[in-house]
Amino acid sequence: MTTLQPDQASALGLTRPTSRYGEDSETIDGTLIDDPSQRAPLVLNHDSFHDVTNTICGWIENKTPVWWTPAFLLSANIAGLGTVMILYLIITGVGVWGLMNPVAWGWAIVNFVWWVGIGHAGTLISAILCLLKQRWRTSINRFAEAMTIFAVICAGTFPGIHVGRVWMAWMLFPIPNSNAIWPNFKSPLLWDVFAVGTYFTVSLLFWYMGMIPDLATLRDRAVARMGKMTTVGPPRLPGMPFLDFATIKLPIATMGAYFYGFLSMGWRFSHRHWVNYEKAYLLLAGISTPLVLSVHSVVSFDFAVSILPGWHTTIFPPYFVAGAIFSGFAMVLTLLIPARALYPGMKDFVTARTIENMCKIITLTGSMVGFAYIMEFFIAWYGANDFESQTFIRRAFGPYWWAYFAMFFCNVISPQVFWFKWCRTNIAFIFFISIVVNIGMWFERFVIVSTLSSDFLPGSWGYYSPTAVDILTFVGSLGIFMTLFLLFCRFLPMLAISEVKNVMPIADPHAYDDHGHEPGLNGHGSNGVNGTNGTNGTSGGGH
Amino acid sequence: MSDHSTPKAPREPETWGIMAEFAHPGAISKAAEVMRDKGFTKWDCYAPIPVHGLDEAMGLKQSKITWVMGGMCLAGFSTAVLMQWWMSAVDYQIVAGGKPLAAWEQFLPIMFELSVLFSAFGAVFGMLILNLLPRWHHPLFTKERFLRVSDDRFVIAVEAIDPLFDEAETRELLASIGGTNIELVED
Repeated sequence: MTTLQPDQASALGLTRPTSRYGEDSETIDGTLIDDPSQRAPLVLNHDSFHDVTNTICGWIENKTPVWWTPAFLLSANIAGLGTVMILYLIITGVGVWGLMNPVAWGWAIVNFVWWVGIGHAGTLISAILCLLKQRWRTSINRFAEAMTIFAVICAGTFPGIHVGRVWMAWMLFPIPNSNAIWPNFKSPLLWDVFAVGTYFTVSLLFWYMGMIPDLATLRDRAVARMGKMTTVGPPRLPGMPFLDFATIKLPIATMGAYFYGFLSMGWRFSHRHWVNYEKAYLLLAGISTPLVLSVHSVVSFDFAVSILPGWHTTIFPPYFVAGAIFSGFAMVLTLLIPARALYPGMKDFVTARTIENMCKIITLTGSMVGFAYIMEFFIAWYGANDFESQTFIRRAFGPYWWAYFAMFFCNVISPQVFWFKWCRTNIAFIFFISIVVNIGMWFERFVIVSTLSSDFLPGSWGYYSPTAVDILTFVGSLGIFMTLFLLFCRFLPMLAISEVKNVMPIADPHAYDDHGHEPGLNGHGSNGVNGTNGTNGTSGGGH
Repeated sequence: MSDHSTPKAPREPETWGIMAEFAHPGAISKAAEVMRDKGFTKWDCYAPIPVHGLDEAMGLKQSKITWVMGGMCLAGFSTAVLMQWWMSAVDYQIVAGGKPLAAWEQFLPIMFELSVLFSAFGAVFGMLILNLLPRWHHPLFTKERFLRVSDDRFVIAVEAIDPLFDEAETRELLASIGGTNIELVED
């Protein structure tokens, strides 16, 4: 019988990290202070910059965690399955999906809208919360931005393959061609190409730029270990010596020095550089803020600009944006909670308060989405348009009633549990709700797209049933997402190292003014550093 | 096989400058103020974080990145206007929904998107160009101590090309304002 070492136990999520801030049912790790005169600490148990660097870089530099390889193999296989489905679609045609008349937009568009929506949390956290000076965002922004990029990659796949003749997909873009034709700039579908394309590019630039200093940190640490050989291969299992042949020695540190060195662009932490960098980052956050709000608005134009009952409504843009933020935060929580349990020390950065703040945003946006659902019904009645009201009655009580009620339950009712403190501080429960919300948001997109099944003429009504290829392509996209995400966790800094350091009390130059000694990490803002060591955590929820 | 030509004699290392370590953000801010007031120009602070207020302490001007981004934003906007107008009202006229060919309202979403896209490129690449990056080699990288800046050290380095630079005097000055582990950097 072996006993677990404390750090192993906390790595497995079996214990709460011991915190010097005291541990009780009220404040969990000491960060859930309700007293407004006290600011909750943002970083626990890390006194120096060196500790922070060691913890965050350690996740990359230490041995691959035992769970990582099986998880990676599983998701890579699922991604492979999805790729095979896409290949099958390309060589056979879109008929392999359940598409028919009148539902000519099926799961491909449902998945597209769902994934783009998920992709909203990253830039929201990095841009809007940056402008609002929500300092707790520093521990989750890199993570959420990575999630955004991978979600938009998954999203972009679907319209690409949905066009049917994939080899003609370039016609989406205004490229000079021998047919001498240009795309129709009056079409929301073209606006969408620009909106999603811009969003992906800007998110990627934002993510990369934020990562340059952290890549330089990894570079410098790799340079210090250059030349050291590392054994790579399957773990040594008892009774399986034959696996040893597969182990090789590689100069991982040298490879890392070149890899991170190339990507970090020779960043040398010069303050003359920081000045340009900080200004550029702030302005990028500024222009990304309207961008986040515009992307899903433009996606909603794909529907709202049409004349179909159930789609032709002005509420769509705000409703889509609220839903996007809602689903994005849920997906961040779905990924963050296991990562927080699996990576030792992550709980010191992603504190109970951070998670609680995210729960509040979920409740806020979930309520906005719920309001939109109810408003849609009200307007369908108040507008006195027969087609509109019939569509809504059929949406809730017609053949797709199960999708509507799944959506309503998951998106409107389930997030209301976070009004109770127990619910937003119980990690396992939050994880459960985050998955419920993800499912609910998928159903929302499904409900909107399946409105196609009943338009003006009852004679042409139909019922859309997915085929196995539909389902497996969607599952495959989850695999692609997880594969990319696991690679990110293994090889890139999961937390923004320099930003986390910057919200620590020791980062403030004025903290050293009077006494000349380093201030301790103080959780109770009344002494130590005034006003720099905490966050106004509750305003993030915007109640 | 022809003989290899005789290898060139290795270049004599030249003095690039002097670097000194400081303990914490407060110390480097105070030291930077002294350096600024002495009138040094070719010098820099290196810190793992953008230390708050260090730009004033160093006497740095506002970043020019705003101009780069503003220019790129206008460029993106103009590109969107011209592209959409020329493509849909001049070169390939599509009448859709009975709307005028060059109605500006329908061009708005792409005008916005391209303005943002161009400014984002301006932000990232403008930042790199203003910082003269990428530059993968730098004399400071040869110093083992300097590599710790990316972790938790604070460094001030004065370049030899600074008119006020004098090896002994600068060394003394850096020591007097709290610099430790003062080292000569050679290129």
